[in-house]
Amino acid sequence: MRKVNQKAWFFVLPVLILVAFNALVPMMTVVNYSVQETFGNNQFFWHGLGWFQDILRSERFHAALGRQFLFTFLILIIEVPLGVIIALSMPRKGFWVPVCLVTMALPMLIPWNVVGAMWNIFTLPDIGLLGYFMNHVLGIDYNMTRSPLAAWVTIITMDVWHWTSLVVLLCYAGLVSIPDAYYQAAKIDGASNWAVFRYIQLPKMKQVLTIAVLLRFMDSFNIYTEPFVLTGGGPGNSTTLLSIDLVKIALGQFDLGPAAAMSLIYFAITLFVSWLFYTLMTRHDVK
Amino acid sequence: MQKRSIIPILYIIFLMLPIYWLVAMSFKTTQEILGGFSLFPQKWTLASYRTIFTDPTWYWGYINSIIYVTINTVISVTVALPAAYAFSRYRFLGDKQLFFWLLTNRMAPAAVFALPFFQLYSAMELFDTHIAVALAHCLFNIPLAVWILEGFMGGVPKELDETAFVDGYSFPRFFTQIFLPTIKAGVGVAAFFCFMFSWVELLLAKTLTAVYAKPIAATMTRTASSAGYELGLLAAAGTLTIIPGAIVIWFVRNYIAKGFALGRV
Amino acid sequence: MAKITLDRLRHSYMSDPKGPQDYALKELDLDWQDGGAYALLGPSGCGKSTLLNIISGLLHPSEGRILFDGKDVTGLPPDQRNIAQVFQFPVIYDTMSVYDNLAFPLRNRGVDEGRVKARVEEIAAMLDVTEMLGTRAAHLSPDNKQKISMGRGLVRDDVNVIMFDEPLTVIDPHLKWKLRSKLKELHQKVKVTMIYVTHDQTEALTFADQVVVMQEGEVVQIGTPVDLFERPAHTFVGHFIGSPGMNVLPAELRDGAAFFAGQQIALEGAVAPGAGRHEIGVRPEYVTLGPSGIAAKVRKVMDLGRHSVVEAVAGDTKVSAIVEGAAPGQGESVHLTFRPDQTRLYRDGWIATKQERAA
Repeated sequence: MRKVNQKAWFFVLPVLILVAFNALVPMMTVVNYSVQETFGNNQFFWHGLGWFQDILRSERFHAALGRQFLFTFLILIIEVPLGVIIALSMPRKGFWVPVCLVTMALPMLIPWNVVGAMWNIFTLPDIGLLGYFMNHVLGIDYNMTRSPLAAWVTIITMDVWHWTSLVVLLCYAGLVSIPDAYYQAAKIDGASNWAVFRYIQLPKMKQVLTIAVLLRFMDSFNIYTEPFVLTGGGPGNSTTLLSIDLVKIALGQFDLGPAAAMSLIYFAITLFVSWLFYTLMTRHDVK
Repeated sequence: MQKRSIIPILYIIFLMLPIYWLVAMSFKTTQEILGGFSLFPQKWTLASYRTIFTDPTWYWGYINSIIYVTINTVISVTVALPAAYAFSRYRFLGDKQLFFWLLTNRMAPAAVFALPFFQLYSAMELFDTHIAVALAHCLFNIPLAVWILEGFMGGVPKELDETAFVDGYSFPRFFTQIFLPTIKAGVGVAAFFCFMFSWVELLLAKTLTAVYAKPIAATMTRTASSAGYELGLLAAAGTLTIIPGAIVIWFVRNYIAKGFALGRV
Repeated sequence: MAKITLDRLRHSYMSDPKGPQDYALKELDLDWQDGGAYALLGPSGCGKSTLLNIISGLLHPSEGRILFDGKDVTGLPPDQRNIAQVFQFPVIYDTMSVYDNLAFPLRNRGVDEGRVKARVEEIAAMLDVTEMLGTRAAHLSPDNKQKISMGRGLVRDDVNVIMFDEPLTVIDPHLKWKLRSKLKELHQKVKVTMIYVTHDQTEALTFADQVVVMQEGEVVQIGTPVDLFERPAHTFVGHFIGSPGMNVLPAELRDGAAFFAGQQIALEGAVAPGAGRHEIGVRPEYVTLGPSGIAAKVRKVMDLGRHSVVEAVAGDTKVSAIVEGAAPGQGESVHLTFRPDQTRLYRDGWIATKQERAA
């Protein structure tokens, strides 16, 4: 057992100060905005919970939230199983392991707007590799600036490209921690490949999968830069995800009150769903 | 065995295609890019790279990015080390709540913080400095560093500490001479992740800078929008942003898998 | 159940072994009788785990064949060999209950649930885990986990051999002997061939009817625990078994007589003719201190309660003796005598004296 030692707070203090400074001060500012109305000139008036009511009733918010949930849902059901499958089929030792790890981690190390720009270049209808291939080789009309479906397929594909490796690396880490003896015992017990996956690999990956799902949920729910650079939220509002809408309101229209209220609701949803995932996925451990 | 390896191979090809296109485009002339489709550059040119390396607004973008990323990594890991030690070795009032609260900061959408951050750092007269971006990135990097380091430290038996103290080591000497070398892989992994997330983040970095600390990624956005479609230049700049990440990841390649496995939920 | 035959078995982890030093397992011919309790004893890295994995089918030998009851199984995968293996670290399926763990090997083979239930309950009773059947296996203590992984082997009634790969490594000392006697008891009850791999002589000698001692990929002796103790076929066995191990003293051979420290030493019997490096082997139990014999000086005395271990130096050679009753003090001069029928000559490590029958 760890020792009780209140002096440990001194060790945590620098972290606490830095994070609190960055988290609490802006958060207070947001809370402050969210309950006030302004008509410019730095004059603020108490507005109570009015903005919150407005936001929660606004169709625009509902639409953005709906798109956001759809996006995150698609991301999770594609990236998590895909990541598991890739991790399962990766080599466990030898020369190819570092090669796989490095190439797979590469997309995660590219600045997010470069990711957007890269996919923009990649999908340009006549001069991008994918755009050219779709339009001129397969003969499918593919143009993100005109078709909402094409835009959606592209931002989903881009996110799969960008972040599936996170799931792969996490699962892979879980898999390599399984001692050989488990596979040998399963072989002796006559277990099928499915049984090995179900009773050995999956339980061992459970912890890392929890992390993977949580991280992917949080990050995809908060995604801003990549789709913004790629589609700008269009065509129309079809790919205007929650944070894109938020920035539009806050910086584009400078409606600080509604933007702040929306931020808080947004944050609350993220927290709540994360907590929900966390509780659901770890429930079985507590007996 | 052989049949199975087709999946990672296909996946890696999928990952490499857009990167290939970016790199290929960076070596093409603007006429060639706009003139039509070509799988390989027909006429190789280094013009885009030459522009970047001779124009200070371009290359300073790189230097700025590297400066604030480095500052951030150093700060994050340095303050996270004692905190992670405290979480892994001691129980104290509110430790669990504090740990969870730290992690929730990763959940806050950066978009939520953009404007208040701008006001906060302007008020402190830190706007458009490297330190501002470095400090702002601490918001999500410190919790991450604490989390990773705590995982690694948890794997070091407590007997190590006890033996050292019995042998008469003072705490600072034990920490720097015995403990740190033991978890150096963990420090490497934590530093890698801090580097990575600071390097790829743009929204806050862009919000907090204007001229003097403007990151490379933001410089690119300007090019894309204002100077029309200088795609070759954009592609070259993008290609160059991949390189630092690729170098850093090569150094920690043997630890990535381990770094991911550790850390408690 | 089956008799297991290893036929000119060899294994190397290298793809292109050059000489004997490249083999983790040197050429091996061995029969394991049906229903026997065997121990495979040797220090770490002697090749015993390699041998075990070859028998279980996890490893394919470079050369030679494995036969179960005369049937060649060299090419068969582990699940078709009907064997069971208990590993060093308990392997259990964490997410399943104890019951499901025990039922797992049967269900994988499509046995009907009624039969599964009967077998699981029978085995659980045998292992004293009946009351745990409903709990999740993840919550068990290490010794119970080892019991369950053993149970997964026992639950199949067609199992040819159960192999144990240092199964007590992670078990608390006070539970070790309990689990060990449980094993012994089980063996007597089910009469399945068991092979127990260990580097611990106590575990090997208490468990097995026959002990196979290995060193550097080679079997040096096979015999009952008494054989190994009384008449080691190799100095390694003498040294490895017993506490302290056998004294191995440099010797000279002149005209069929052995000399140590300038004196002729009486041996158990005639020496086979030949040349090589000679050593005399005698266990400390058969070294006595007396008024005459080889002169030596006492260097160290360890009082072990009922007897003392006296470490003396004759010339430059260390000789241990076990003394009942009063032991000499440190630095005293003593004289050593060896009991002739327990004193043997070894040539290049291997025994070179013939035991005289009807001594």
